[in-house]
Amino acid sequence: MTQPLVTRAPLTRPPVTLPLVEQFACGLDAPICLTWELTYACNLSCVHCLSSSGRRDPRELTTAECRAVIDELERMQVFYVNIGGGEPTVRPDFWDLVDYATAHHVGVKFSTNGVQIDPAAARRLAASDYVDVQISLDGATAEVNDAVRGPGSYATALRAMRHLAEAGFRGFKISVVVTRQNVSQLDDFKAIADRFGAQLRLTRLRPSGRGADVWDELHPTAGQQRQLYDWLVAHGEQVLTGDSFFHLAGYGEALPGLNLCGAGRVVCLIDPIGDVYACPFAIHDSFLAGNVRGPGGFAAVWRESELFADLRRPQTGGACHSCSAYDSCRGGCMAAKFFTGLPLDGPDPECVKGHGERALSAAAGASPPRPSGDHSHRTHPVPVSIGVRPPADPGLPPASRGLPPDRACDESPLAGFSPGPGG
Amino acid sequence: MSTETQARGARAGFDLDRPWQLHPQVSVRPERFGALLYHFGTRRLSFLKSPALLTVVSSLGDAPTAREACRLAGLTEAELPAYAAALETLASSQMIRERVSS
Repeated sequence: MTQPLVTRAPLTRPPVTLPLVEQFACGLDAPICLTWELTYACNLSCVHCLSSSGRRDPRELTTAECRAVIDELERMQVFYVNIGGGEPTVRPDFWDLVDYATAHHVGVKFSTNGVQIDPAAARRLAASDYVDVQISLDGATAEVNDAVRGPGSYATALRAMRHLAEAGFRGFKISVVVTRQNVSQLDDFKAIADRFGAQLRLTRLRPSGRGADVWDELHPTAGQQRQLYDWLVAHGEQVLTGDSFFHLAGYGEALPGLNLCGAGRVVCLIDPIGDVYACPFAIHDSFLAGNVRGPGGFAAVWRESELFADLRRPQTGGACHSCSAYDSCRGGCMAAKFFTGLPLDGPDPECVKGHGERALSAAAGASPPRPSGDHSHRTHPVPVSIGVRPPADPGLPPASRGLPPDRACDESPLAGFSPGPGG
Repeated sequence: MSTETQARGARAGFDLDRPWQLHPQVSVRPERFGALLYHFGTRRLSFLKSPALLTVVSSLGDAPTAREACRLAGLTEAELPAYAAALETLASSQMIRERVSS
């Protein structure tokens, strides 16, 4: 990291009298949970894939290295991991690692596009108390979904849901990234979830990975954000959000969950090659804290990285400090700001007060940072009918104009937090 | 102790005089503010916002009643309603459950 991410202030241990949110903002000795992308390999090529997945990275952690990470997570009492990718189930040792984690008291939630969820896999999943499944679906109709996730992906996801329901798996998750194109389908998504005895989970589109290329066309408009907020308020805790819409708290009433960016404080990302980033949406050298292969393993990265120490320092709010909504939205999402070229101590690009749009206009012309690493398939782009991609520049090398892959996961790991009993 | 919790204590319906225990699928991680609880069955997280509440919850399984666990944790009579309310919240989210005597 070459420049500080936040305004620096002395790093001190918070007194125990601080509110919980402040305790979390100062970081915990171990993450509550974390996202673990097991592979960059994926059968799909979603246009908004936040890890730019597609091709397997040859440096991927081995089975033995993955088991060692799980051992460490058990020692640190990390409750569960949100496994994603890429498509994690394409790893030949995927089920072995799931079993190893749950046998070592590390719960598993994994995100998948459903490609490997056949009746046998569904029965196996239904039989475990310690594994939860999220099927990614970005349109309530094949037309809307497949435009983003690729031809046939809607049918694959629905088939997986049917298998899970038939196996008796109650309450699996249907995970939707909310876009300009599907925000009008919220009731339809809910109906699909109800039909399969599943729970709907809506998360925010981030301009991360290949998402940076399509964010302008896919992110909800200001009016749609309001519509989404009202819908979320009306549905309360029936619908999960991964706590990813805390920037909408600026409208007034906070949404259920913890309104806090947990990056590097209570959550983080381990990528397929063992790199540890502050959050799943921040795969860039600026947010790279270390690697689990280093001396001291993951625990040393979590406890000693300078980047994470920076993130755990009190933040001033910067340009947002004087805004009446700052206590609610806390300036929004770090990754969303970073990849749209906005300063980290200013408004979120989707600030509900409109400060983000003004900041984006002011920054127009400057090139925002590019996501580090691109594992996209070197194949033809997925045909998209909504015109989300600029025409490929034949002057660029294939990897730069390549598109495809997806990654199913999109988890802000604080999901599911209940405010908990006081004391 | 938040005022919100104390307010809830006024309508506490938690039976302090029965035996309770941590749910077997719940994992407890001590923290400087108290503890984090995770229920592997419901996949819910919860917080204990005071070290004393952690002491109570940890000793529930060995104490004849929840009231006794509170006494062992050094709680005063005046503090009991707030703690009963916290335990009720934990019971409603299945983090703790009544112990069936064998």
